[in-house]
Amino acid sequence: MSRDRAARHFPVIATLIVAMALTIMPLPRAVDPFRPDWVALIMIFWAFSLPRSYSVGIAWVIGIVLDVAQGTLLGQHALALCVVVFLTVRFHLQMRVFPWLQLSATVFALLALYQFLLFWINGVANVAAPAVAYWGPVVSGTLLWPLLFNFMNGIRYRVQLRA
Amino acid sequence: MAASRDNSSNPARIPALGFRALALVLLSVLLMFLDHRDKHLDAVRDTIGTALYPLRIAVDAPTQLWDWISERTRSRNDLQRENEDLRREQQVIRARLLTTNALEAENARLREMLDAREQVEDRVRVAEILAVDANPFRHSLIIDAGYGDGVYEGQAIVDQDGVVGQVIEAGPITSEALLISDPGHALPVEVNRNGLRTIAYGTGEFGKLALPGLPNNADIRQGDLLVTSGLGGAFPSGYPVAVVSSVLRLPQQAFAEVQAEPVAALNQVREIMLVWSAPAVSDEPRQAGREPAAEDAGDE
Repeated sequence: MSRDRAARHFPVIATLIVAMALTIMPLPRAVDPFRPDWVALIMIFWAFSLPRSYSVGIAWVIGIVLDVAQGTLLGQHALALCVVVFLTVRFHLQMRVFPWLQLSATVFALLALYQFLLFWINGVANVAAPAVAYWGPVVSGTLLWPLLFNFMNGIRYRVQLRA
Repeated sequence: MAASRDNSSNPARIPALGFRALALVLLSVLLMFLDHRDKHLDAVRDTIGTALYPLRIAVDAPTQLWDWISERTRSRNDLQRENEDLRREQQVIRARLLTTNALEAENARLREMLDAREQVEDRVRVAEILAVDANPFRHSLIIDAGYGDGVYEGQAIVDQDGVVGQVIEAGPITSEALLISDPGHALPVEVNRNGLRTIAYGTGEFGKLALPGLPNNADIRQGDLLVTSGLGGAFPSGYPVAVVSSVLRLPQQAFAEVQAEPVAALNQVREIMLVWSAPAVSDEPRQAGREPAAEDAGDE
């Protein structure tokens, strides 16, 4: 049973680690403002696909790790990720029947909310940051979503069939 | 199997989802409050940071490998040329060092005559940069030295050209450093030419510092070298910081708009030097970290 569970959790943990690596990877300055919120995207995907197993609790823990990795206030990413994953889980039934274009639009809204929460907390806590390029990750994340969604679905079913 | 369970029951009624989310959000707010107010949570940060260390190394590996390969595959000609260049440079530096020794002795004598505090030479250690902060609005670095190596918060970081930043968080084996270009960083400097003191603020751009506290009639020109004044207590004095790149005096404004370009290549450094400076005159770390030293700006 426990081996079965480990096998089930493996793809989630592996993809989250990869997302974390992509988040802290150094990028050229020109591309950096458009680095997608990998961790948020992957968390949205898993919360959307398996909302009973992966919901706000794991999102919060991942958010804390993200806070340490990015050197932000402890709890900032945790809060934003938690809210976004809550909305995903809450509305995942509606989202499942969406055509892909509408689903992308929803992901756009979620990512925008995520960035807005981060931005807003920065404002409240008086951490200086200009506002404009906050939209870079939202746009790139939304454009990436359909590809990522298909790719992740592939991983999900392949691993599940084997397990 | 989770998927089948999801489809069979009604997942819209996941038990206590709203409650759990709310509780976690409140917990986040509490954590942020504690983290922002004091440094109660450094232990948590250190632990998770240490756990992330292997990931940082792994992410950095391709760059390291590339560096290593390009180092190995350099042609003999290139190496010879570089060798020659280095030798020539060393000769020049040696020649300059000869006079430096004499000057140092003279300086010590003069200081003695003036009854001034003796200038202790700073201790320096080289550290490597592991990662650059992913957040484009926060210019910080992770370096491979922590409090195990004697690194402390507020410690000055320089490279061979000038000041790079200061340590804001010393972990057990890695530390985080804030660059002088970070929008929240302020550094007390003086104009090398005439000793005019001011504060250099980061702007969020690597190649630009702002000096907002200078009146229109201040004696500052394009090309002036700014060095650390040592007045903040954290930085040792006399390290080059930036060169004034533009001075804009608008008659209707009280202050001149002065911008300076850091002399250290902030976005290109791979190795930096940590400086253990001689004990500062005043113990107050006045321009520590993110609080811009507003009271210093009023001095001018």
